[in-house]
Amino acid sequence: MTIAEKILARASGRKRVSPGEIVEASIDVAMTHDIEGPMVVEGLRELGTKKVWNPNKIVIVFDHQVPANSIDAALNHIMLREFAAKQKIPDFYDLFEGICHVVLPEKGFALPGRLIVGTDSHTTTYGALGCFATGIGSTDMVAVFTRGKLWFRVPESVRMTIEGRLPRRVTSKDLILKIIGEVGADGETYRSVEFVGGGMRNISMAGRMTMCNMGVEMGAKTAIVPPDGLTTRYLRGRARGSYKPVHADRDAAYVEERSFDVKKLEPQVARPYSVDNVAPVSEVEGVEVDQAFLGSCTNGRFEDLVEAAKIVNGRQISKRVRMLVVPASREIYLKALERGILAIFARAGALVEAPSCAACMGGHVGILAPGEVCISASNRNFRGRMGSPKGKIYLASPATVAASALKGKITDPRDL
Amino acid sequence: MMARAWVFGDNVDTDQIIAGRYLVKLDPRELAKHVMEAADPKFASKVRRGDVIIAGRNFGCGSSRERAPLALKAAGISAIVAESFARIFYRNAVNRGLPVLTCAGVRRGFKTGDKVGVDMREGEARNLSTGKTFRVEPLPDFLLTILRAGGLLPYLKRSVGKAGR
Repeated sequence: MTIAEKILARASGRKRVSPGEIVEASIDVAMTHDIEGPMVVEGLRELGTKKVWNPNKIVIVFDHQVPANSIDAALNHIMLREFAAKQKIPDFYDLFEGICHVVLPEKGFALPGRLIVGTDSHTTTYGALGCFATGIGSTDMVAVFTRGKLWFRVPESVRMTIEGRLPRRVTSKDLILKIIGEVGADGETYRSVEFVGGGMRNISMAGRMTMCNMGVEMGAKTAIVPPDGLTTRYLRGRARGSYKPVHADRDAAYVEERSFDVKKLEPQVARPYSVDNVAPVSEVEGVEVDQAFLGSCTNGRFEDLVEAAKIVNGRQISKRVRMLVVPASREIYLKALERGILAIFARAGALVEAPSCAACMGGHVGILAPGEVCISASNRNFRGRMGSPKGKIYLASPATVAASALKGKITDPRDL
Repeated sequence: MMARAWVFGDNVDTDQIIAGRYLVKLDPRELAKHVMEAADPKFASKVRRGDVIIAGRNFGCGSSRERAPLALKAAGISAIVAESFARIFYRNAVNRGLPVLTCAGVRRGFKTGDKVGVDMREGEARNLSTGKTFRVEPLPDFLLTILRAGGLLPYLKRSVGKAGR
């Protein structure tokens, strides 16, 4: 069996499962946030659920509308705070902690072998720790909060083998964009993608999270990196509870195999308006930008900030660009603050904001006017994602975002 | 009144269906005012109860926001027939009692404004303006049961009697 099959088999109490089968599985961790959370609370009320199945397996994080930017958002926050208090949910993170997909791994909820669901499509991020993690809607979460179980169709598995070491200023973001460009926005729909191979050993935990995070942008149900020494080191002192690493069997069945050698990979950019509209940076160089966004659950981690700070250090951001730097969690914010990374951005003329999803979801800060262009380290460039449907988002690595912010136009970070 | 077709292309994402800035709203009628705004700003004012969306591949890709199918249903959309669907949207739509039907080649068989008939039991989408019929993939029985109940919560309430504890 593949990793996904083994985890679903264990969670549904079976010896083995096969792709296509429908199983009912017990959930290890269920996460919701301030956007879908209120819908879950309404659904529980409609169903008549008085008490959640297990408050210790629920995590609630405020991250999208943080701090509240409208009366509606403030009311939604109150509704969820009251819910968390009434249900005695210990792992309730009010608006101080950061983006759910960064907070859950940091706090040790994402562990090898676990089955995790979240009311957010980028829940796939946790697969970097060797678990089966997937996004669901609020009604499915009502079922989970009520019974602790959910039905799953066992996905087919795909194996992507990564070889080589990434060149200077080329990152895991460039790699995942390259992959999505090749397979397409629906190329892996319903499937479980395993990222394996010697090349993965050279990719940090933050980089693995970036890759699994964007697995959903090729339609994947879950994206998983087999646990290794790096996983164990990351989890030391963090893991909430015990875990048992799950690996694929030698004879595990994959419906598709792909391999990518990253040795000669160039920085990649996804052009508007779909994530698979990918080109090497050389093809889009020179496009003028109005906003540069460094942050999100995809690329707001400490090493992303460091990568960008190396480029920005001692320079000034172009007068035509507003650069937004938003560390993805309080832990990252503090570390970057204490090490002077945030000062580098502030001195260069960037706006440094408190942890949140910020410009990524277009409902809070960093809204685009018609015709404006943003180079963004986030995950989606859909029409209207960041404000006006006539605004344009180009997705790129933190390095490319930083280089472009300095020059005022899309720039190859290897040239700086 | 006859159902009309609204035809869209590939990769209609959840930001086009309902943009991030409206996700603070919980009232489906409020959401319906902005449905499909990025794809067609006039859609919300022109759509009529019972109308059907015809689309290409990967309809509903992107976010897990359940307000996407909720807004479409509240705007009066009675079914979506597409060449394929994104996984989370598909499940959310069924859970909200909005029929989602997969049908190869359907997009080219319709233009916006054509009269359309959808028969879930027969597994057919018919273009009543051209007389052409399209075979849709049959839905598994348990999804049909949820759809007939009007969604997962009405289904659970009905099947378990008084659900919850």
